[in-house]
Amino acid sequence: MSFTLGKKLGMTRLFDKNGNHVPATLIQFGPCRVTQVKTKDTDGYEAVQVGFGLTKDKSLSKPELGHLRKSGSDPLRFLCEFRVKDASSYKLGDVLPADRFKEGQMVTVSGVSKGRGFAGVIKRHGFSSPNASHGTHEYHRHPGAVGAHTDPGRLWKGLRLPGHMGAARVTVKNLDIIKVDPEQNLMLVRGAVPGARNSLVEIVLNP
Amino acid sequence: MRDLHLITASQIRTDLPKFKAGDTVKVHVRVIEGDKERIQVFQGTVLKRNGAGLNEMFTVRKVSAGVGVERVFPLHSPRLATVELVREGKVRRAKLYYLSSLQGKAARIKEKTPASSGASGARTTTNK
Repeated sequence: MSFTLGKKLGMTRLFDKNGNHVPATLIQFGPCRVTQVKTKDTDGYEAVQVGFGLTKDKSLSKPELGHLRKSGSDPLRFLCEFRVKDASSYKLGDVLPADRFKEGQMVTVSGVSKGRGFAGVIKRHGFSSPNASHGTHEYHRHPGAVGAHTDPGRLWKGLRLPGHMGAARVTVKNLDIIKVDPEQNLMLVRGAVPGARNSLVEIVLNP
Repeated sequence: MRDLHLITASQIRTDLPKFKAGDTVKVHVRVIEGDKERIQVFQGTVLKRNGAGLNEMFTVRKVSAGVGVERVFPLHSPRLATVELVREGKVRRAKLYYLSSLQGKAARIKEKTPASSGASGARTTTNK
């Protein structure tokens, strides 16, 4: 299984062979360094921790720097763990090679979606809005009635109401890789990827 | 952003003539029917060019059998065989939205000639 951390650079669109527009997201993936290898003996499960994103020494705490020093790594901003079947095949301090990703393969991408703040039901749950006119008075983006009567005398659990929206982990599965530039660690995938530009994304190659 | 421009740069077409709003163009469109491909020509006035880079679009208007037809093309699409510049128009706007509401003689556009562009140059000298 191939995985990596990356940075979403932005979206554009391209023409395919038939002249159709194809939406595409450019991702800078890696270089990622193995910062810790977790095995069944040492940690009770098999996983690989990788780091990504160069930063300054002063941005990290001394414990963080000490942890990175074990793998001989420069100061890295992001650390992330990926579960693997056999972690012993990874070596501490290795840089994950960029040529694991090829055109035509599919990837699953996770990231933190853009935060929408406290959002109403129209934006958050796609409710339709009440009448804009016909005597409507100060009731334009409201949810409407939320409950029944004395029976049941309470609201149903899971009722869709206004609240905090976005800034949550979102995964998009099965995105086609359109193009890979292993020298510059750039990858172009078809479609959208969660998060704002320059935000961290996790990329896992489909088995 | 720099990387994004580099990626789209390879698909940007440089073989098309320069044209702008008011010009009359012949757009040769590749039409694929089943496994056969033929070329369809759409001739009309350019109403506008819209967008930038690979995403640039242009709108062409023609009057076909008394009905106004406006068609929007992606400028850099490989489905465009060629674009032929038939006639340069003299207009004072970048977006000719007003043309859609005009008919017949009112919807004509003057042709741009060396004389018409030279005349404006002469006027600036007299103002000095």
